[in-house]
Amino acid sequence: MLDRRKFLKLTGSSIAGLSLSSAFNILPKGLFANTPKQKITSYIRKWGMTVDLDACAKRPGCRDCIDACNIIHNIPDLGSPKEEVKWIWKSPYPTVFPEHIHIINREEIKNLPVMVLCNHCDNPPCVKVCPTKATWKREDGIIMMDYHRCIGCRYCMAACPYGARSFNWFDPRLFLKTVYQDFPTRTKGVVEKCNFCEERLVRGLLPACVEVCKENALIFGDLAVIDSDVTKMLKQRHSIVRKPHLGTEPKVFYIL
Amino acid sequence: MLGKALTGGKKYWMWIILLGAVILAGFASYLLQLKFGLGITGMGRNVSWGLYISNFTFFVGVAASAVMVVLPYYLHNYKEFGKITVFGEFLAVSAVIMTILFIFVDLGQPARVLNIIRYPSPESILFWDMIVLNIYLLLNLIIGWQTLNAERNAEPQPAWIKPLVILSIPWAISIHTVTAFIYSGLSARPFWLTAILAPRFLASAFASGPAILILLCFIVKRLARFDAGREVIQKIAQIIAYAMVINIFLSLVEIFTVFYSNIPEHSLYARLLLFGINGHLLLSPWMWVSFVLGWASAILLVNPQTRKNDTILVAACIAIIISIWIEKGLGLVVSGFIPSPLGEITKYIPTTHEIAITAGIYGIGLLVLTILIKIAIAVKKEAES
Repeated sequence: MLDRRKFLKLTGSSIAGLSLSSAFNILPKGLFANTPKQKITSYIRKWGMTVDLDACAKRPGCRDCIDACNIIHNIPDLGSPKEEVKWIWKSPYPTVFPEHIHIINREEIKNLPVMVLCNHCDNPPCVKVCPTKATWKREDGIIMMDYHRCIGCRYCMAACPYGARSFNWFDPRLFLKTVYQDFPTRTKGVVEKCNFCEERLVRGLLPACVEVCKENALIFGDLAVIDSDVTKMLKQRHSIVRKPHLGTEPKVFYIL
Repeated sequence: MLGKALTGGKKYWMWIILLGAVILAGFASYLLQLKFGLGITGMGRNVSWGLYISNFTFFVGVAASAVMVVLPYYLHNYKEFGKITVFGEFLAVSAVIMTILFIFVDLGQPARVLNIIRYPSPESILFWDMIVLNIYLLLNLIIGWQTLNAERNAEPQPAWIKPLVILSIPWAISIHTVTAFIYSGLSARPFWLTAILAPRFLASAFASGPAILILLCFIVKRLARFDAGREVIQKIAQIIAYAMVINIFLSLVEIFTVFYSNIPEHSLYARLLLFGINGHLLLSPWMWVSFVLGWASAILLVNPQTRKNDTILVAACIAIIISIWIEKGLGLVVSGFIPSPLGEITKYIPTTHEIAITAGIYGIGLLVLTILIKIAIAVKKEAES
């Protein structure tokens, strides 16, 4: 993570307010230097989120973010854990961070609830395996789903190391109490997951879960900007990500 | 030649009607699945692949195993196998058809299946599996049919068939390797993340597929009075014996690495699979059945005295098929999902509809196999007389 922050700092200060596009990140410096006429015409965002565990734990039993997400995304309530559709939910600390438990503090940590959602990985294994490109990574880092192209093979579910993807085992429309008109409903037989509220971002709004959180436990912003809330949070506090050893480079960071 | 499938005795037609009934029942269940969704199966968000993908994996192996009779005949000029190479090829044809059907019924949106071709995604292993399986199906259909045609007209094989046969040998290896890569390339599932998955798949395939072929030889000997010959059957039995020994060796190697290194995220899967947890046996009884059957049959087949006894041979073949079906299906595919990425331990029990659909696909596979073998035997008998 240090490397990324260092990189953000550098680009942030050298190109006053603008950042290099994500495509440039992977280009060797020499190659870039040899093309001086290359103009940086577009500004590419890199969305990311921090989850403050202590702030979140202040309200045990709170599910404001979950409810807000469920309503505005027409997420069905099937009432059965087997077929459940989940975009953001709570899971106990040891299940989310099995590599971060040790013999001391275990009891205290066991009780810590952790909000989990799609990590919008920089290196998404789900995108790689999709046989129809129904899931893809946008320039701003959001992992998108095309509900009309997905064939429902569930290869992406097998490939996601975070269990962030849900399949519509039944027709979800039968399990909706009300339909929220600003977001599409889905059909049976397709995979879905958190979309970082991209439909709200285009209107300049924060993701719903971030907006409703009374403890400001969720912070969302542009990782490519040096003084965004999320970048500042990551600079000031110690953060971890889920399963860093897999090299997926999650963009949901957990503040301890 | 197809007409030869339309002449048969009472038993033949009873068998065809029985298969038809099984297929229809499966189709009825499939219509329900189509209407209500895959929720009518035992699969869920944690165990998201089940009986269908298990069977898919097993039958890719059966299909690949045709190479075990084709290779000795064409590359080593082992003439005895000439009698049954076409059986191997037709077994491969019906097995590949089954694998394609198993993938198809597993899709949530089957009407969109052509999206795999409309939006080709070379980064996805499923895309490559689709390609290698379909070409393998075509190769075996052409080769099997042409072999039979030449036999019927009592003329030598046309020259263009040989390159296809040679191509089909590495192609058989490729279908099972690519199928293993579907699993072994996933960072999310430590249980599958092992480089010896493809070799294990091949070893188990070269035991289970030829075991089915031996059973097939005994069945046609009894029902159609077509004798493949003792030497052929014994040779296949030897192939099975050594493939099974290699398979057992590879699984023990895997078990050593997993338990000795004792990295929780790897060993937990194996522990759950072999021993269950907190008194819940989960899939462990199945696995022990698989081990015992596999080891026992390997011993019986390696030992020449027991191998040469037809009754023991048939029993050992059945044991190997069951053992490897469990190992590859429940033991490999389903176990990869237990525990889930968030540590949930989920029981997977297939539903009646799911089993009916699976049985329906078995019915289709057997129907295709019956018809092809029936034609093959009729042609062979005509050519002999």
